[in-house]
Amino acid sequence: MDFSYSEEQQMLQESVQKFVMQKYDFYTRGDIIKTEAGYSAENWAMFAELGWLTVPFTEEDGGFGGKAVDLMVMMEEFGKGMLVEPYLSCAIMGGTLIADLGNEEQKGALIPQIMEGAMITAVAYAEQGSRFNSNNVSTSAVASGDDVVLNGAKTAVLGAPNAQTIIVSARESGAATDADGISLFLVDANAAGVSIKAYTTIDGRKAGEVTLTDVRVPATARLGAAGGAAAVLGAVIDRATLAVAAEAVGAMDSLLTKTVEYSKTRKQFGTAIGTFQALQHRMADMFIQCQLARSIVVRAAMILDSDEDAVSKARAVSSAKSRVGKAIRKVGQEAVQIHGGIGVTDELDVGHLFKRVTALDLMFGNAEYHLQRFASL
Amino acid sequence: MPSDGPIFETMGGLSAAEKLSSKRSIFAYQLTPLVLVLNPEKAVLSAEDRVPGARLPGRIEVNCEAIRRLCTIRAKFNVRLANSHSYDTHTTLCHRNRRQTVNADFTAEELAFQAEVREFLANEFPAELKQKVDKRIRLSKDEIVGWQKILYKKGWMAPNWPKEYGGTGWTPTQKYIFSTEMGLVGAPEPTPFGVTMVAPVIMAYGTEEQKQRFLPDILESNVWWCQGYSEPNAGSDLASLKTMAVRDGDDYIVNGNKTWNTYGQYADWIFCLVRTDNSVKKQEGISFLLIDMKSPGITLKPIVLLDGHAEVNEVFFDDVRVPAANLIGEENKGWTYAKVLLTHERTNIAGVPRGKRRLASLKRIAAETDDGFGGTMADNADFKAQLAEVEIELQALEYAELRTLAALSVGKAPGPESSILKIVGTELAQKMDEMTVELAGYNCLPFVPEQFEEGFEGEQMGPGSSAAAALSYFNNRKLSIFGGSNEVQRNIISKAVLGL
Repeated sequence: MDFSYSEEQQMLQESVQKFVMQKYDFYTRGDIIKTEAGYSAENWAMFAELGWLTVPFTEEDGGFGGKAVDLMVMMEEFGKGMLVEPYLSCAIMGGTLIADLGNEEQKGALIPQIMEGAMITAVAYAEQGSRFNSNNVSTSAVASGDDVVLNGAKTAVLGAPNAQTIIVSARESGAATDADGISLFLVDANAAGVSIKAYTTIDGRKAGEVTLTDVRVPATARLGAAGGAAAVLGAVIDRATLAVAAEAVGAMDSLLTKTVEYSKTRKQFGTAIGTFQALQHRMADMFIQCQLARSIVVRAAMILDSDEDAVSKARAVSSAKSRVGKAIRKVGQEAVQIHGGIGVTDELDVGHLFKRVTALDLMFGNAEYHLQRFASL
Repeated sequence: MPSDGPIFETMGGLSAAEKLSSKRSIFAYQLTPLVLVLNPEKAVLSAEDRVPGARLPGRIEVNCEAIRRLCTIRAKFNVRLANSHSYDTHTTLCHRNRRQTVNADFTAEELAFQAEVREFLANEFPAELKQKVDKRIRLSKDEIVGWQKILYKKGWMAPNWPKEYGGTGWTPTQKYIFSTEMGLVGAPEPTPFGVTMVAPVIMAYGTEEQKQRFLPDILESNVWWCQGYSEPNAGSDLASLKTMAVRDGDDYIVNGNKTWNTYGQYADWIFCLVRTDNSVKKQEGISFLLIDMKSPGITLKPIVLLDGHAEVNEVFFDDVRVPAANLIGEENKGWTYAKVLLTHERTNIAGVPRGKRRLASLKRIAAETDDGFGGTMADNADFKAQLAEVEIELQALEYAELRTLAALSVGKAPGPESSILKIVGTELAQKMDEMTVELAGYNCLPFVPEQFEEGFEGEQMGPGSSAAAALSYFNNRKLSIFGGSNEVQRNIISKAVLGL
């Protein structure tokens, strides 16, 4: 038993920490969000240079060979800085889907580009009617000669406005919630028939509603076997779910630290509010929530990296995401409450951390969804 | 330069290298003792300067393409970090050790130990005791002592004692394994008052004579100890205790009363905190005194709890004469000793194994309990969600405990993290009591505590142990109150961890 990080994991952690400290203060982040792209291309190039974009890829694919624990280490630090760059959507989700499902040609064409920072991908899997079930796909894929024609509407596509390639889930056969019949297609974001309604999310990222109207892609744009993508898509979403849970652990850490610091300096009734037991116990409870969240995320990361079967892994991810979601509400709401009025203003980072963790609770299914999923598996 | 050839071309008959069958394993292999230098021009990875104990002697020729790519990535980390002040000595590019660090695996020795504990429990934990635990029937003193003597015979009575006193000398992980396996089968841990609570104080502060006199009988369970700390007006504020001990020749004369004295009715001896000086700060006038329960002037008054059972007592001291030889350490230093005792490492404080047993039992009972609408409580959506929530909380708690244990294993002192385990563990146990009551429904109405006592021969009320549900729910409200109330634990966290 050993919960300490390897030297390499420590380096990874320190390197992200340094970046956040030196290059990603709250105001710089705010300026980045205000730009049209909504992320910093300069930062993205640095992520490539630092090797961060290679972390999710195996050594065989030229990557760092990062496991769930490595992703956890990185994402936790990203969470502290509330990064808006599309790391999750491009490197973890898009990249891993291509690596796990793509043929040598597809991998060769895309993975090096992603690792170099020259290609941004996004994954369009959710639909208005699907809620958090990635097997609920109404978007259709119909063969037409050597091509496939895609029609449908995708929602909440994280990073879509920045992506050159969007990976779209579409149904080739079966009923709306069947696992069989779902394929993934590499779609050029500028292809005819693709329209992206871009927006900024509550936590400062770029996302979009993607509509596909008679979008024609060659059959070679399909990732993996026809109709057989559901299992891999589910596993990649599980990995991404662990990643956002880890991100939330980092963000909650910041919320607790900032709240405790604030309570030591803010004076009311002639004394620091941190001396009031009513508040001390609430901060102690925040600390407990942070520790339990961290513990269960470590557990899930270890199980994802183990030889356990797919069901055990899915259960571990759901238990972690559900528990983290519970912690998120407690820690987020209490942080704002203890800050008082300033906590609900746009000018302080605490409110933005609260918004970020709220979005993270939602991502890939909230606490209630994952509790139910855990119970049903 | 080899390009698409085999991954390894060995030179000089490298048997170790032959075992490495994948590119990945190069980095999984223990490379730390070696200084590896990559020379992409020659496509040679050489192990320079043979180091004693290194497992890769000589030179290895390698298909360098994958490795070069990987090293470039690593180099980027290193070069960037080398520019910052904390990393200025990274000159080699490719020496990272790819061991799997973060893991909850037991070592081979630990697994063997776990198997030994399991085998021991399977063979030696008496079946009739197990039955009683399962049926929630209270164990008698003789049964508890009998079980402890079995543990003693095996040499496992004192997991937290050093070997020199007859303890096990176990590592924190071994202790964890032991208490986990005990909890999973429902085997009671030794009553804590002697072996866990007073013994470490005697070891640390007692005289040689006191050690000889008291420790062997604790180890062999010949003497039953109880605790004399709390008083009617000294609960969470323990230091305000008032029981007085006044020196009179070679004796102390003790007057006052103690309360919440667990199993005092079985006890031969009591360890007490008594006031020996009224003129100083309250913490500085307290002494640690051992008192024979047969001493004239001691009376015991049982306190009946909400479950109808008197597991605790009030103890009255009326001019009780105690030899000064029974004083531990120095007079007026008792508070310091007591604090050591209070922070003394307690294994299994979170109660995860017991929680797992209870969860399994809740699931079983839910499947056997009608919901009144033709199904069982196992199908009830709300109850299912509660079960899932408890299971998830147990997982989080278990890993919080393992993280604490891992810190202990590398020599860190048990910190205020144990406050988390106490709070969460007790709240979870209480939650499961609530769920047991919910499942029992009307069957928890009968108040017949004696049917869960040894030797009950009357008519059983309520199927199974359902009538114990409310009793346990009532009794276990104590969990968040004793051992430092959960509010005191929150004070500890806010002071010791958050610095408030």
